[in-house]
Amino acid sequence: MTTASKPKRRVSFSDAVTHTAIITGRNNMRVLRIPSLILFSTVQPVMFLLLFNFVFGGAITTGTPAGSDQYINWLIPGILVQTAVFGATATALGLTEDLGAGVIDRFRSLPMARSAVLTGRTIADLVRNTFVYTLMLFVGFLMGWRFEQGVAKMLLGVALALLFGYSFSWVMATIGLAVKTPEAAQSAGFLPIFPLVFASSIFVPVESMPEWLQGFAANQPITVLADTVRSLMIPEEALVFLGLDQGTLIWKSLAWIVAITAVFAPLAVRQYKKAVG
Amino acid sequence: MSAVVATDIVKTFGEVTALDGVSLEFEEGIVYGLLGPNGAGKTTLIRVLATLLKPDSGSAIVAGTDVVADPVGARHKIGLAGQSAAVDEFLTGRENVEMVGRLYNLPKKEAKRQADDVLERINLTDSADRNVGTYSGGMRRRLDVAASMVGRPQVLFLDEPTTGIDPGSRIHLWDLIEDLVDGGTTVLLTTQYLDEADQLAARIGVIDHGRLIAEGTSDELKARLGGDVVEIHVEETDRASAAAVLTRVAGEDPTGERLALSIPAPDGSRTLTAVVRELDAASVEPKDIALRKPTLDDVFLTLTGHKADSEGEPESAASRGRGRR
Repeated sequence: MTTASKPKRRVSFSDAVTHTAIITGRNNMRVLRIPSLILFSTVQPVMFLLLFNFVFGGAITTGTPAGSDQYINWLIPGILVQTAVFGATATALGLTEDLGAGVIDRFRSLPMARSAVLTGRTIADLVRNTFVYTLMLFVGFLMGWRFEQGVAKMLLGVALALLFGYSFSWVMATIGLAVKTPEAAQSAGFLPIFPLVFASSIFVPVESMPEWLQGFAANQPITVLADTVRSLMIPEEALVFLGLDQGTLIWKSLAWIVAITAVFAPLAVRQYKKAVG
Repeated sequence: MSAVVATDIVKTFGEVTALDGVSLEFEEGIVYGLLGPNGAGKTTLIRVLATLLKPDSGSAIVAGTDVVADPVGARHKIGLAGQSAAVDEFLTGRENVEMVGRLYNLPKKEAKRQADDVLERINLTDSADRNVGTYSGGMRRRLDVAASMVGRPQVLFLDEPTTGIDPGSRIHLWDLIEDLVDGGTTVLLTTQYLDEADQLAARIGVIDHGRLIAEGTSDELKARLGGDVVEIHVEETDRASAAAVLTRVAGEDPTGERLALSIPAPDGSRTLTAVVRELDAASVEPKDIALRKPTLDDVFLTLTGHKADSEGEPESAASRGRGRR
């Protein structure tokens, strides 16, 4: 009879980083090779930008002072947040597909860091969103979008939107692992997203909404994020006019990002263990 | 050294007892065939041995490493190809294998070299740079097995490797498995196909309702039947009278499908002669009559009381506790 005597082996941190990078690359490779996914993740956000700007832009008044009243300047910060949140649904979809195809079983039989399956997913969203942002901001620039408070603040806004999207990837991981099939993940993922995105300040000022909706719209995280990113890009005099307090907004945004991640990352890990066990 | 030593493994999913105290031990360098119907517990046992599932109780040592106490250590020594071909459709065959190699912590160059080597061995070199989406089911299965080989595992677990693939690919996989074992790898495979276990496995374990109900070489299992079998094929109209004849000769009811009936033939050709004589007396003219060696089908029927391909509870419910797959 053989007995195991060797000490327990663990995956080192640097190996775990390598594994996460490999899984991240693999997850994004699928996007690059499946035309409908490229379309969904890159062309669609740009299309939203064009449609909302040219179709609704003329009708929507944002109440910003002259000189900053171009709708594109209202829209870009909001649509960055929307893109990050939509992008997070790829995590829900990808995880369910991997579960169904036995890919996660394969990963779990390898001497790799187990965390890499989930972090490789969420980070893949982050990487893809960063790429899409570059494209969107370029198109936005051609459409007349300008950032008025310097590069550093603009980049801070972009970074906050990306991090918010990252926290949402954990929400989507939880949902995907709970519903288990790609079809269900697709619809269940968007269920919380649509009301959050449209009942927010992404496209129109909250003040233009019916009163019963304003309470929700003004305080929900997506409005906080859209306002924060906006406050870092539009002219400073417009801030006062819109009643946006940049400092407070940044803290609120960070609080939402931390809170959502702190709640949903452990939930996602729990669902993962349930789904694979 | 033993490749696998499993002792009294129990695994339940809620109400369902998937493994009900399985003990199993076999040596290195062979194919061990785990035979059983759907829902018997084959997949659950593989998942426990491949560190995917923790057993409720019992212990399992694979290639000298305790899979419960040191799963990461065990994963360095094992390879797994599960029931569905776990390959990425949108990557090329080569990329799939390379990725698995890198997840075994092989340096990039070494992973490439290994991938080339493995692809060559499974005869996929020509298709290696095509997206797996264009592969046939058999090619995917072979690629999946290739991916499980890339870390040069000592023990390879193949869960129903030939289920649902064409006969050509099946033979190809059999060759590959024999090749691997010649190279010193130990293979534990599950199958519902009796001929597959017969063909490949040096030793066979028969599993049913979460228990190992018989074990041995193919010949040993067949010997349990007490030797040869007389099998007759009859017309529908003769079925009842033929069955009566067989019952009279054997002293027990014949087994088999509708128009093919068989009884044990402990006295060999003497039993055959007796059957022929009795059939003649009853004016039953069989379409075919033969004295043959028992197949694993006969073994299974004798051991479990049901045929190997009859549906038990679905494997998914038993092995995963929920309805996936």
